[in-house]
Amino acid sequence: MYFGLSEDQVFFQDNVRKFLEDQAPLDAIRKIAEGNDSSSKDELYQGLINLGINNLLIPEDNGGLGLDLLFAVAISQSLGAGIATLPFIGPYVMAPIAIKHAANEMQKNTLFEGMVNNSINFSIGFSEYFGSRDSSGLTFSQNKVSGKTLFVLDGDYASHVMLCNKDGQIGVVSLDSVGVETINLTTVDKTRIYQEMNFDNTPIEILENSLTSSNAIELSIDAGRIVAAADSIGASQYMIDKAIEYSKERKQFNRVIGSFQAVKHMCAEMAADLEPCYSLVWHAAHSFDNHEADSRLMACHAKSHVSEISKIISKKATEVHGGMGFTDLLGLHFWFKRIGLNRHILGSPEIVRAEAARIQNL
Amino acid sequence: MNLSYGPEYEDFKKEVQIFCSKYSGINFSDTSKVPLAGTFKSDGPTMTRSKWQKTLIDKGYFARSIPKEYGGYGGESDVIKNRIIASEFALANIPPAMGGQGIDMLVPTLLELGTEEQKQKYIKPTLHGKMIWCQGYSEPNAGSDLASLQTKGEVINDNWVINGQKIWTSTAQYSQMMFCLVRTEPEAQKHAGISYLLIPMDTPGIEIRPLVDMTLKAGFNEVFFTDVTIPKKNIVGERGEGWAVANATLGHERGSLTNPNATMNRLNMLINRMKEETIDGRKIIDNPVYKDKLMKLQGKVIAFQSNSLRVLSAKLNKGQDVKIAAMIQKLVGTELRHELEGLGIDIMGELGTLYEDSPNLRDGGSWQFTYMYYLGLIIGGGTNQIQKNIISERGLGMPREPKVQQGV
Repeated sequence: MYFGLSEDQVFFQDNVRKFLEDQAPLDAIRKIAEGNDSSSKDELYQGLINLGINNLLIPEDNGGLGLDLLFAVAISQSLGAGIATLPFIGPYVMAPIAIKHAANEMQKNTLFEGMVNNSINFSIGFSEYFGSRDSSGLTFSQNKVSGKTLFVLDGDYASHVMLCNKDGQIGVVSLDSVGVETINLTTVDKTRIYQEMNFDNTPIEILENSLTSSNAIELSIDAGRIVAAADSIGASQYMIDKAIEYSKERKQFNRVIGSFQAVKHMCAEMAADLEPCYSLVWHAAHSFDNHEADSRLMACHAKSHVSEISKIISKKATEVHGGMGFTDLLGLHFWFKRIGLNRHILGSPEIVRAEAARIQNL
Repeated sequence: MNLSYGPEYEDFKKEVQIFCSKYSGINFSDTSKVPLAGTFKSDGPTMTRSKWQKTLIDKGYFARSIPKEYGGYGGESDVIKNRIIASEFALANIPPAMGGQGIDMLVPTLLELGTEEQKQKYIKPTLHGKMIWCQGYSEPNAGSDLASLQTKGEVINDNWVINGQKIWTSTAQYSQMMFCLVRTEPEAQKHAGISYLLIPMDTPGIEIRPLVDMTLKAGFNEVFFTDVTIPKKNIVGERGEGWAVANATLGHERGSLTNPNATMNRLNMLINRMKEETIDGRKIIDNPVYKDKLMKLQGKVIAFQSNSLRVLSAKLNKGQDVKIAAMIQKLVGTELRHELEGLGIDIMGELGTLYEDSPNLRDGGSWQFTYMYYLGLIIGGGTNQIQKNIISERGLGMPREPKVQQGV
């Protein structure tokens, strides 16, 4: 019995963390977030591709690394800690899992091949399945798609978008097809891309097995939720570490503020809140990888519980920094906002908890 | 990640499950004072508490690794088997073996630091529930700052003579013995002046006054000592080493306060209650607000359970570091259980306020009782504020509170 990340997982995770520490210090992130430095964003992206994060979950038979979701979780923690300004959850977690379970053999071969040689890169538009807002809606008919979908994830380097309709049918659209309109949304989190997309009789290739089963869409969303939770864990841990570091340097009343119990207890509470989150998310990924009966429930709780905890941490850690925490100069707000976005992607906590209850017939 | 215990443990688990189904709903004939009594079923076989204790020891489900000569099962220490036993008992809703401070704290202390004579004399009757112990640590002026205790012990005519007062002494009224921290070296520095003494409770000069707690049960006592005289050999460790002796067991208490499987079990009782209770003829479970609160709590309980698996893993795998994950268990576990019991009250609304032997009472009033009982545990065993000091100082490396200068 061993509960934790493997040596390989920790090694991969450390590589990504070190890469981001070296190549993406706050100044670099700031420029990219302000939209002033697309070339360094491209370099960063290429660097992470070189580490292999794009092929993680693609089966070995199709030229990928054939690793499991716990690997993606380990890496996602590093991406969150380093507020990586790059796509991950959509193209490299949700897309391969959707393909694995929804595509027929021919589709699988073509799509995975394109993903491995980087000629196909997905953004993900699955919002219609768990909650349509602002009168969005997609209609699939006779290999055409029409309508609008919101909050498409990870459009940065996309060549294709993977869509689903209310029934959980999944289809693939090439972005150079006719009738595709993409509108960039501006969120509070400037480290990742969110889009609105409109389609007008646009050709779509439906992944065959999703016509008869919602298994693929559910697995893909479960995986996305677990990995989004891991991103928030990484960002939360970073904020706690920074708060403790600052509290040991900053002096008031001739003492470092970290010697005041008011501050110490805030830090202890953050640590006590976050530690079980690691355990929960790793456990959820393990349940997912082993197709356990409770894996859908675990995914829901991982997403909603971590969303609640990291919201509290992002507030407290900012408070420990006092006025400096509130400034743009210190940049702590990038993590605060990343956590704020993660909370709502792929379902807000209340929505996901309602789903957790439905899964248990409650 | 590998959460399988392996095939040999699967067999053991089945064995425990069969045992549990045999004793499902066990009832105790000899005492009404089973802690958290209302949280267990009681429609099964009846026996005395000490018979149950013996049954568990004979099967190796309790005192597993304590040598036979001291009244234990005499098996190998096995963290996984202990875990399986705790988990299956909780799932089957069977009360675990009798615990208490003698079993949970004194026995491990004696095994580690007692003389052979002390081991022979005390461990067996304690394990079998025939010798009950109370803990004489806290004093009115020594709570969180335990080391400032003032109860005095002097050697007179080759005996210890003890004067002073203890407080928060659970089970003193049933106890045959007390393990007690006493200041014996008044000249020495605070922590170095304490000894760990074993005091028979029928010694003349001991007065016990019950202290009724908010549950309206006398869960505690005050104990007064006036020239209480006991043999000089009733000391564990050397004179002045009592602080270290006591600290050898504090960890045991903190670990034993929170069982995640019992918490999960209680959550399932809550779900069932929500399916049964109605308001305006509508089931509580169908109310979206209550349902969301339940799901929020379920997420926390699952996270706590997963965390305790990680802590278990660190015990089995040398070199796995889960320092903070282990340190937070008392803080998180007691707060979580208190919150859970509180939701149990809230979903019943007015019915949730009923207590003692009221008509319309649910589950023997156990939701109210346990809600309050866990507030006691949040405060006891090192208050949760003290826990936060420990986590921040030892876990996060934050500075200690500066010492207050005298006369400033």
